[in-house]
Order: sequence, then structure tokens, then C-alpha cells
Amino acid sequence: MSRSLPDPEGSAPASSRETDPQKIPAAFQIEELRVAFGSRPVLHGISLEIPARQVTGIIGPSGCGKSTFLRTLNRMHEFTPGVRIQGRVRLFGEDIYDPKVDPILLRRRVGMVFQKSNPFPTMSIQENVLVGLRLAGIRNRSLLEERLEEALRMAALWNEVKDRLHAPGTELSGGQQQRLCIARALAVRPEVLLMDEPCSALDPIATAQIESLIRDLREHYSIVLVTHNLQEAGRTADFTAFFLEGKLIEFESTKKLFTNPHQKQTEDYLTGRYG
Amino acid sequence: MSPSPTPRAPQRKTRTDGFPKGMGDSPRYRMRKILDRLFQIVSALAAIVVISPLLLIFVFLLSSGGSSLTWDFLTQLPKPVGETGGGMANAVVGSCILVAVATAIGAPIGVLGGVCLCEYGGPRLRAAIRFTADVLNAVPSIIWGIVVYSWVVLRMKTFSGLAGGLALSFIMIPLILRTTEDVVRLVPPAYREAGLALGIRRSQVILHIVLATARRGVVTGVLLAAARVAGETAPLLFTAFGNRVWASRLDEPMAALPLQIFAYAISPYPDWHRQAWAGALVLLALVFLMNAVVRILSKGKTR
Ligand SMILES: Nc1ncnc2c1ncn2[C@@H]1O[C@H](COP(=O)(O)OP(=O)(O)OP(=O)(O)O)[C@@H](O)[C@H]1O
Ligand SMILES: [Mg+2]
Repeated sequence: MSRSLPDPEGSAPASSRETDPQKIPAAFQIEELRVAFGSRPVLHGISLEIPARQVTGIIGPSGCGKSTFLRTLNRMHEFTPGVRIQGRVRLFGEDIYDPKVDPILLRRRVGMVFQKSNPFPTMSIQENVLVGLRLAGIRNRSLLEERLEEALRMAALWNEVKDRLHAPGTELSGGQQQRLCIARALAVRPEVLLMDEPCSALDPIATAQIESLIRDLREHYSIVLVTHNLQEAGRTADFTAFFLEGKLIEFESTKKLFTNPHQKQTEDYLTGRYG
Repeated sequence: MSPSPTPRAPQRKTRTDGFPKGMGDSPRYRMRKILDRLFQIVSALAAIVVISPLLLIFVFLLSSGGSSLTWDFLTQLPKPVGETGGGMANAVVGSCILVAVATAIGAPIGVLGGVCLCEYGGPRLRAAIRFTADVLNAVPSIIWGIVVYSWVVLRMKTFSGLAGGLALSFIMIPLILRTTEDVVRLVPPAYREAGLALGIRRSQVILHIVLATARRGVVTGVLLAAARVAGETAPLLFTAFGNRVWASRLDEPMAALPLQIFAYAISPYPDWHRQAWAGALVLLALVFLMNAVVRILSKGKTR
């Protein structure tokens, strides 16, 4: 399998977006994924193909297992005691739970952004962006400088911080901090970006900025976006998966799912009949 | 109480939420104000009771040893018995060396132990080691002197600064381990997760992110432990032993302020008694200084 970025001139140009998830090459192929914490099953056999270089939204009521699902995609459950994971997850064809796969290298390919922005408090803006590269052993000055600007530009933050790269990352506003965290994840040049409710702690303006950023980023990255906010999924996601009580109920292009859901449960959720 | 017919009556009425409408003119409010004042006075008294021993010690030391605290005292070696004058310079330097040796041994072990315990240990192991550390913290310090005496001094066939430093480090390790574990546990899990999600190895995350975030607290813990052992006498009695000349090597007996104070205080010479007081003053000042640094560090810009 290839480790390089998907070619921007690939099979799914942004202008004519495909609406059938089956016709787009998959970033993740997930088969019969089951997750249990101790004796408590949380995900009951999820099968799903997440298309490459699209935004895939994941919606569902609180506690239905969205975050749990997301964290299986970069093996973040590794450090949770008593967790059991069954089934298969393939990233561009490669089984990520294969014992030969180094989870460290996997996580450099699958970046993650969290609900609460969490820039490292002891580091400057620049150090925050570069920490992934630095601690991976990259010392080359010019390469680091290049990646710094690239990541900050991609995260639509460069113009706001270029004059104060050495200020502490925690000095930024909430929305800027979240974009800093996105830049930090982008600096290691992942192929996939997992985002767990990245806007839920932000005001509407900062939310709009991040959402437009997500739409821009899909040119280069496959994005999985967990959100509580249906409008956000509607505005941002190309495809949307609806989870309920640890099961995948429906996966469709966002437009279809929102206007013409096949499942009764989806319709009930969209019309506000679940939490 | 019936409403009074004065023009201000409507103002005195309590509102439905229980607050008097006027600004502090109801009897209940005045009562509370008096209670509040009373409480302030009691608190102030308690504070005075706590602080006064410290002030008393300081004043007492100043009056008894202040006159002997001369430049000579800080720069000269002790004079032989019978001659007046001389100082404790070697003991001041010796104490600094002993604390430095103890910190050099104890800080890495205590900090790494605390971090590993917090990051890698399961809850059972963590509880067990915390309990052990608490027990070790309660071990009388002279025990550490005996342990090091039998392990090191007997084997090296000489009292030494190294043995003294080692004995002090045994006291520091459980102290540092506990404070480190406490401050490292306070680092929000979100930073660990963010680091791991960037593809950073766990050991690197712990070293460069977790420990960096907690560094102020860790340094504070180390300094407090150092201040604590700087005044220890018992563990040095048969390890560092004391010396009346400059220490040139770590494998020779080494002078230390508490030892020198002890030796001078139980001597029959009034001049030595005065010097012991002066030594105590210097020791107290050193400990004060370390605590002041801790204050500045922990007050400085935090996240
Ligand atoms: N580390 C864990 N140990 C035990 N149970 C867990 C753990 N993490 C999650 N769970 C449980 O798994 C279920 C799904 O949690 P998850 O966080 O995936 O939900 P979610 O869909 O992300 O909810 P929300 O929208 O509130 O974030 C919950 O019932 C939760 O209690
Ligand atoms: Mg969640």
C-alpha cells in the first residue's frame, strides 16, 4: 500500500462530488467491528467503508459509541484497560490491527483532533505545531520551517499568528487554539484526520471558520467528523453515518440521509424524537 | 413583627428571596456582620499562634548567635580548642555538597519513580508503592544513618561525604516520589492523548509533554525535599561524621552544619556555644532561602 498523500487529481474531483459511497475508493474499510469495555459491549458489529478524500460525518445520540468508534481508527484504545476489539479495520487496504503494524506509525498517518482544544501548555505556537515532527526525530531546520508554515496555512491560522510564533499556544483564543491543534495534527502530514466534535466548545463564528476549513481540507485528506450538531453535519459532511446504541443504522450521502432517510430510526432522530 | 408606619418601612421589608432590601440596616444583617468580624479576629489569632514560634526562634537565634555571625565565621575554618575566633566555613560548604550529592542521587530516582508509577503502574501497584513511600517517610532519619553505616561506611572502611549524601538521599527519595506522583497525576489526560495521537512514543510523551507540563511542581518537590534534609543531623552522625578541615574529596569524612552545631552545642566552651547559635542561624537562613525559591517558583507564571 502507498504511504504518500493521495493524488489531488485522483478519481474524485471536488467539483463533481460523487454521491454513492460505494463508487469512491475507501480510506477505511471496517468489517464487523465490535468493541467492549470489560464485559460491556459498546459497538455491536459495525461494517462501513469510509470514502477517501471526503468528509464523513458521524451522528447519533450521546453514548451511542461515536467516540469509541473513532478511537478504533487510530488504535487509541491501546491504553484503556479491559478493552476488547474484534473485527477488521483496513486503512487503504492494510489491516491496522495486524500485529506487524506499529501503532506509532499508524497514528502518524491518522491524525486526531479532540473536542476540547488542547495545545501543550509549556510550548509556543511554533513548538506546538512541530512537536510531532521533532519528537519523531526530525532536526532539519529548513524542513521544519517549511512544515510549520504549510501546516499553519492549511489550518487557516498563518496570518493570525505569523508575527508571534513564539508566544505560548495557550494565549490564543478558543477557536484559534482549535485551529492550532488542527495544524499540529497536519504538520506530520497524515492521510486521514479524525475529528471528535471539534466545534462543540466554540462560538458560532469560530465554528464557521473551522467548518469551512474542514471543507477545504477534504481536497487532501480523508476526514471523519463526529458531531452532535445535525446542521454541522449537513453543512460539512459529504456522507453521514447514523449510529444508534452501538449499531450503524444508516450510511448515505448527507443529502440523501437528511432529505430521504431509509430507516425509521434515522428519521426519528433527525426530527428530534431521540435525545 | 408588625410593619412600622415610618416612611422607610417598605424598604425594610424582606423580599421574597430572603435578602433585606436596605443596605445593611436590618438587625439580622448587623448580627451577621458582627459574627463575621469575630471570625476574622479568631482567624488572625490562630495565624499569630502559628507564626510566633518561627519569629521567636529567629529572634532568639539572632540574640544568642548574631554577635558571632561575622565574616570570619563564614570564611574561616574552626580554630583548635582553646583559641577563640575561627568559623564554620567548611561546614557550610560541606552541607551544600552533601545536599547536592543527595539531590543528585535522590532527585532522578524519586522523579522517575514517581512518573513511572503514575504513568505505567496499575492502581494496585500504585497504592502499594504509595503506602510504602508513606511508611518510608515516617522512618526515623537515624535509621537511614545506620543502614548506610552498615552498607557503605563499614565496607569503605571510612566515614565519607558520599555516605552522608547517600543517607540523605534515602530520605529524599520517598518525599520526591510522592510529590512527583501527585503533580504528574494532575496533568490532564488530554495532553497525553494529544501526544499519543500525534504518533509520539509513550516514553517521549511522558518525558517531553507530561513531565514538562508538571515541571514546576516537580522542581518544587525536589527543592522542598532538599530543604528538609539540609537540617538533618542524625543520618550524618556516623556517615559523613564531620570534619574540622576543608573537605577535598567525597570519600573522606565531611563537615556539615548540623553536625558542627551539635558538636559545638554539647561542648563545654562558651565561645563554641555562641558559634553553635550562629551556625543554627545560618542553617535556618539556608532553609529559608530554599523555601523562598520554592515560593517564587510556584508563584511564577503558571499555565
Ligand atoms: N474507557 C471506557 N471505559 C468504559 N466504558 C466506556 C469507556 N469509554 C466509553 N465507554 C462507554 O461506551 C459508551 C459509548 O461512549 P462514547 O464515548 O463512544 O459515546 P459517544 O457517542 O461519543 O457519546 P457523546 O456524544 O456523548 O460523546 C458509553 O456508554 C460509555 O459509557
Ligand atoms: Mg463522544
